Amino acid sequence: MCAATTVAEGDPAVELTAKDYKGQVEPDWCPGCGDFGVLRALQTACADLGIPPHDILTVSGIGCSSNLPGYFNANGMHTLHGRALAVATGAKLGNHELNVVVTGGDGDGYGIGGNHFTHTARRNIDLTYLVMNNQIYGLTTGQISPTSALDMKTKSTPFGSVEAPINPLTSAIMNGATFVARGYSGDPKHLAELVKSAIQHKGFALIDIFSPCPTWNHDNDFSFFKPRIKPLDQEAHDSGDWKSACEKALVWGDTIYTGIFLQLKDKPTLEQLEPVLKEGGPLAQRPLGLSEKQADRLIKRMM
Amino acid sequence: MGSGNFDFAICIGGAAGQGIATPGNSLAQLFVRRGVHMNAYNAFQSIIRGGHIFLTLRVSDREVLTHGDVMDLLLCLDQGTMDRHLRNLGDGAPVLFNSDTIQPGEASADVQLCGLPVAELSDNTRNKLVQNTVALGAIMALLRMDFDDLGTGLAAQFERKGQAVVDENVGVARAGYEYALANFKPLDVQVPSGSKPLAVWTGNDALAMGGAAAGVKFYAAYPMSPATGVLHWMASNARNLGIMVRQVEDEIGVANMTVGAAHTGCRAMCATSGGGFALMTEAIGMAGMMETPAVFIDVQRAGPSTGVPTKTEQGDLWQALGASQGDFERLIVAPTDALDAFNTIPEIFNLADKYQCPGIVISDLLISEGTYSVDPDLLDMHPKIDRGELITEPSSTDGYKRYKNTESGISPRALPGLEGYVHIVATDEHDEDSVLISDEFTNPLKRRMMVEKRARKFEQTTQDIAPPQLKGPEDADVTLIGWGSTDGVITEAIEQLNAKGVTANHLQIKWIVPFHSEAVSEILSGAKQTIIVENNFTGQFARYLRSETGFSADGHIRKYDGEPFMPHHVTDGVLAQLAGKVKQYVPLQEVIV
Repeated sequence: MCAATTVAEGDPAVELTAKDYKGQVEPDWCPGCGDFGVLRALQTACADLGIPPHDILTVSGIGCSSNLPGYFNANGMHTLHGRALAVATGAKLGNHELNVVVTGGDGDGYGIGGNHFTHTARRNIDLTYLVMNNQIYGLTTGQISPTSALDMKTKSTPFGSVEAPINPLTSAIMNGATFVARGYSGDPKHLAELVKSAIQHKGFALIDIFSPCPTWNHDNDFSFFKPRIKPLDQEAHDSGDWKSACEKALVWGDTIYTGIFLQLKDKPTLEQLEPVLKEGGPLAQRPLGLSEKQADRLIKRMM
Repeated sequence: MGSGNFDFAICIGGAAGQGIATPGNSLAQLFVRRGVHMNAYNAFQSIIRGGHIFLTLRVSDREVLTHGDVMDLLLCLDQGTMDRHLRNLGDGAPVLFNSDTIQPGEASADVQLCGLPVAELSDNTRNKLVQNTVALGAIMALLRMDFDDLGTGLAAQFERKGQAVVDENVGVARAGYEYALANFKPLDVQVPSGSKPLAVWTGNDALAMGGAAAGVKFYAAYPMSPATGVLHWMASNARNLGIMVRQVEDEIGVANMTVGAAHTGCRAMCATSGGGFALMTEAIGMAGMMETPAVFIDVQRAGPSTGVPTKTEQGDLWQALGASQGDFERLIVAPTDALDAFNTIPEIFNLADKYQCPGIVISDLLISEGTYSVDPDLLDMHPKIDRGELITEPSSTDGYKRYKNTESGISPRALPGLEGYVHIVATDEHDEDSVLISDEFTNPLKRRMMVEKRARKFEQTTQDIAPPQLKGPEDADVTLIGWGSTDGVITEAIEQLNAKGVTANHLQIKWIVPFHSEAVSEILSGAKQTIIVENNFTGQFARYLRSETGFSADGHIRKYDGEPFMPHHVTDGVLAQLAGKVKQYVPLQEVIV
């Protein structure tokens, strides 16, 4: 089945519920972890869109949040620390009919994987990237991450961090991403809607998701976010305006916005621009070997 | 090679940007079109303009295995070439040069100094490359060749630029030809004609085309000498062949994308040199753990670190053996020449698919950037393609186990997207059903089972590879052992040794993993004296051979100055060791480039 036909919402041919995306094992995240809400939102989004599990490929790196593919019923690749976007790019180009959803954390995506983050955004390949941003390294027991606040005290910065954090949203916008959003694990309903929009978006879609770590980050917990979070749709904001998107993304204090900051619908994806994918279906399903005509042409070029 | 009727090496030296490639290509085309075999080695530096480039174009009526030992004709495009190489010539060799700009040095008595008054002959001061064309004409005269052969070639080469340019080039070439006829002594050679025109390729072309023949659908790269030629071939043929070719941010991205594409079912390949390969290694380990077949090519150059980017070495053997952390098996092969490289790529893809594992191909600058003639009839463009235990049809039943613990260790592989085969792959240790054993509690019994499952696959691999064969008489005075690209130079050295009354046989190793330890031990147990020839300092292969067989060779010939062995380097080393002078011989590179 071709995934492209299933992304339209409410496909009557497929009746799926969030339970159909429940993985083989229960998540081993700490009680109260923000990642539970992200998993639930992804399950709801896929069910609402009616995408059968065999048409989905989740790709993750390493870290607490990168364990998600094991808790989600679909094809999955649990890869290397920082490399999820690169592996996912290869997989998407190998079979562009798969719905490829990349999941991981802030350290995985913005730290060790930062180079791939930059280049995947500019390529505008049709991937959905969910970053569970808890502003801390959890699985390594609590060190600063690229999104940790200045002055934050952690095991690796016992006297406070002297480095400014990255802003994932403005970075993605500057790098050329065509869908840039922020979600909050504490509002799974809103998050599920964002995930649906991201999956339906043609091109590289980032959702940076506040997914608080109850064990290692007591500065940025649910009680920190709850009073500050404000959905952008309550504001006058044009998601086609990158300057306004950057301004809203930089707001950090009593108000922190969530929602779709930027969505450019007319920019072609890498798959659309790549002539090799114009016809013939997924590369992975094409016959191997050379035709007589191709072989003759190659030899002629050598003469 | 020495015993051929016709065996002639033309050397062209100049600075980068002086257009050495043009006369080189024109001459190469001239010979291969008439069926004469060719082997060209270009010595150069990591520089786009200036420096010193030195092309050796050796042609013969037999297959040419190396760029040889001698310079039969030298064309100097700059003073530096004259100054560096005049002393390397002898035996009546002509030296061509633009006498308007280049001063000849002091030559041995036999050398024929052939100054060409280029300004007078060309009446053209606008184009500095005109001296190349004048010289081409003169070379035709010195080799007693028909001018029309060159004239036709030049006309075809410049056709697109219009008749005026064709006329100008053919005109100056003819002026050079006629000046040489009138003023220089032609050489005592007869350039033969073969039965049919030959094709021309580089080793990198061979690797890339081998991938295309094997069914590669995904190729990613980051440019790095001396592997970039593979990317260029792939990029120029991508649309015709339906291959996804991507230049990406770094070799980490390259290798991870390759594994991602391979996981979906594409045959996927990438190539780099040692530094890029170092960045790829973690992904190679991932392919080992996830049991994903993919092919990684390391075109070695002189290291360590950035090393000498435009020079050759066999220094990455242990990097390939030790690529990535942990204890896992990978296929490793070192092709022996361009044609072998072409045939090896489909072969390693079939094995990687069968055993669901990474495959590593070790080439080097010598093979990859060398330019060779090849008989097009020898090219198997439709090699056998065997994808192993691959599930491609959907199923209505559930319960698929990606890592099923089978007797062979090979678990049937389904591709993502197939109904009834939803599955996960992981770099964490996992159970048969892909569940991570590091979740909640680790299970030593499951861990042991999975390690043994993966290892069991490799117990069968030697049966898929032909054991190496000893070439030459069994009772020879000396056995020469090489691996990878030294095959040709050892073969030629043995001919030289035979001419000096020394009998030698030859064991060339291509497959590093799997390694036929028993067959190799058996061959070497009958040897009188053994010498390992390799292009590195520490004797990487000598160490590997000892680790796999317990065998220590009697002597070693090693070269690590960046230039490849010339046949006489090996011959001299063998003679010195047979005379009992040394245990380890390091030849002196006489041609300084």
